[in-house]
Amino acid sequence: MIDYYAKIGNNSGRRKIKSRIMLFLCVTAAMIAILPLVYIFFYTTLQGASSLNLAFFTELPKPVGEEGGGMANAIIGTGILVGIGSVFGIPVGIMAGIYVTEYSKSIFANIIKFVTDVLSGIPSIIIGIFTYGLIVVPMQRFSAYAGGFALGLLMIPTVTRITEEMLKLVPHTLREAALALGIPRWKTTLMIVLRTASGGIITGILLAVARAAGETAPLLFTSFGNSFWSSALDGPMASIPVQIFNYAISPYDEWHRKAWAGAFVLIALVFVISLIVRLATRNKFSQSA
Amino acid sequence: MRGEYGALTFIYGTVMSSVIALLIALPVSIGVAVFLTEIANTVTKNTVSFLIEILAAIPSIIFGFWGIFVLAPFMRNTVQPFLQSSLGFLPIFSGSAAGFGLLTAGIILAIMITPIITAITRDVLKAIPVSQREAAYALGATKWEAIKMALLNAKSGILGATVLGLGRAVGETMAVTMVIGNKAQIKESLFEPAYSMASVIANEFAEASGGLHVSALIEVGLILFGVTFIINSLARILIYSFTKKTQTR
Amino acid sequence: MNDEKITAEAVLTDTEITQEQELTSDEIYEKSKFALETENLTVSFYGREAISDINVKYRKHTVNAIIGPSGCGKSTFLRALNFMHDLTPGAVVSGSIKIHGRDISEYDMTNVRRRVGMVFQKPNPFPTMSIYENVTAGLTLHKRHGRRILDETVEKSLRLAGLWEETKDRLKVSAMALSGGQQQRLCIARTLAINPEIILFDEPTSALDPISTSKIEESIHELKKDYTIIVVTHNMQQASRVSDYTSFFFLGKLIEHSKTRTVFTSPKNKLTEEYVIGKFG
Repeated sequence: MIDYYAKIGNNSGRRKIKSRIMLFLCVTAAMIAILPLVYIFFYTTLQGASSLNLAFFTELPKPVGEEGGGMANAIIGTGILVGIGSVFGIPVGIMAGIYVTEYSKSIFANIIKFVTDVLSGIPSIIIGIFTYGLIVVPMQRFSAYAGGFALGLLMIPTVTRITEEMLKLVPHTLREAALALGIPRWKTTLMIVLRTASGGIITGILLAVARAAGETAPLLFTSFGNSFWSSALDGPMASIPVQIFNYAISPYDEWHRKAWAGAFVLIALVFVISLIVRLATRNKFSQSA
Repeated sequence: MRGEYGALTFIYGTVMSSVIALLIALPVSIGVAVFLTEIANTVTKNTVSFLIEILAAIPSIIFGFWGIFVLAPFMRNTVQPFLQSSLGFLPIFSGSAAGFGLLTAGIILAIMITPIITAITRDVLKAIPVSQREAAYALGATKWEAIKMALLNAKSGILGATVLGLGRAVGETMAVTMVIGNKAQIKESLFEPAYSMASVIANEFAEASGGLHVSALIEVGLILFGVTFIINSLARILIYSFTKKTQTR
Repeated sequence: MNDEKITAEAVLTDTEITQEQELTSDEIYEKSKFALETENLTVSFYGREAISDINVKYRKHTVNAIIGPSGCGKSTFLRALNFMHDLTPGAVVSGSIKIHGRDISEYDMTNVRRRVGMVFQKPNPFPTMSIYENVTAGLTLHKRHGRRILDETVEKSLRLAGLWEETKDRLKVSAMALSGGQQQRLCIARTLAINPEIILFDEPTSALDPISTSKIEESIHELKKDYTIIVVTHNMQQASRVSDYTSFFFLGKLIEHSKTRTVFTSPKNKLTEEYVIGKFG
């Protein structure tokens, strides 16, 4: 009898120690996961901020050996490419999101949901090849249209997902209230449901835009790159990520500094937008709770 | 022709770098997910989730850039010599420490897929009813034993998260291109440079001359597309079926 | 527990047949006397019947209460009258509904909903809209209207709902700034603005305090002059206070539909009597 209790006592002590060790390992894992982020964040800030000046935002790239110069054309290029992508990707994404949530009874809606989920995991380089075949080959040249289209395709799953999630937060009673007033289904969705969810959807779209702005792989052979000003949408166009890539793999210190400055701009963009989204969605939840 | 345009070396590079990434990322991700759902208080939880979200949002070009200038030199000067001196008898840790190669690519990928696996594992753990945990405590389980039960319960969901992370690793382009060394070869040492499917497309597609070269690259692209499509479908089915199971419970 | 249910149901089917005959024989009037009639109305969810074969006729300009224990199908019935089950997955509605003697299949769907307004259990004003916009939502989202017409409608509807004095100076304020009771009256005003013929109330006061409740009951009494009203309530006092006729639902069947006084003082059915005097439910 006594022996029996002693055994339990021993055993439970060992189990407690094991429990402590495992929990400690989990905390360690969290620290390990955050470490690279902190490192990358501060390293990029350190390297990038010091190379950042007014010329970076206003001047064209200079050839190796010449002092100064900037990435103005790439900054504007990224703006244009993301703009084209948004014009195409955001409406399609929102419509798909609405369809999936509001008409979820149909099998087709479930298929769309599955396809967007799978699409979100398709490598961006594949999106690049797809766009190359669809637009670059027929046009016989790299173009901003092609780059923008590729970015738009990449935005669709994110926008669809966020629209879906935000629409789900709109209480069902609101839809009923509108329908009971004899308002047709599509107007209910558009004027009541979408309007109520618009705040959340906008923050989600911001996130999708920030991600698109940092994409490199789909642009390599769609919008290609450009060292000069270009406003022609049917010609090659510079972008920050492609410019960083070209500078990063070059052997010149000066170009590396420029690339760090570009990386800093991208990281700052991502950070600020993530922060906005975080604050906006937190307010939303606390309001509804 | 076969030798010149064969896809095997690229498949090898993709598979190996992804497997290394999973081996590192999986335990870390599960640890972080457990930390977030079971250990951390609200403030810590919010902060850590936020940081991990940002980690997921950092453009891959920046990971690659950081890999070239920070991780690769660190691997060459510190990690690889250490592995060689302690585990050098293993063929995978033999050869010269070059910095750029499979191991470095795998580590960069691990950093990049950790947020994805963590996020889904966290959601899966959250979906397990509190009553189950309470039942475990009521039977005298320690905290870890209760967590272990939750993890075992969630294994199909965690598997889905892992497969999703694998899909992301297989398709990741820029970061891998910048640190894997871009050399079409199959060597047993993980220190050696290699080449992945996505990288060869990124590097050669824009400058590919001649129809055959382009076709060969598009074929690599098709293989990559097929593989990621299957992996992602599998992941989604696993995750859907898990959430369905917990919803009907 | 299960056994009890089964026996109760067996008793029901017995009494129901005679009941039904009495109802129809009792109330054969000219058709135009009825605002709304149902014939064999049945609603099932995923193949399980929630209400079955409901036959009832509601006279014009009366207040009709629907009472019964929770889960008896009274809300399901009410929502069927306004096609609200269209939104519910797995719901199947069969049987016929007539509005003023005409079958609803002869009306357009949104048209039916404009003739049959509905006020829900919980106040559900549109959160992104002002008080004014909420009242006019049913009009403006249907077609364009002149400013004067809208202004008039807002004042008239809010007055009828007893909310005008409290809100006339802040019509542009968000509807969410109102109290729960005020929000519910706003929802009534919103329904009145589309000028329906019949108004359905689904437990309109269950989420409100006693003072708001009495205000809403007053409004219902007022509205009788111009509208036909059907109120689902779990509160028997409320049913006896506001209604002219009362229907008693039990386990998805209509047990009794008579004048309210009859239902509460000398019900024909034993089940109704037991429910009314509080033996169950």
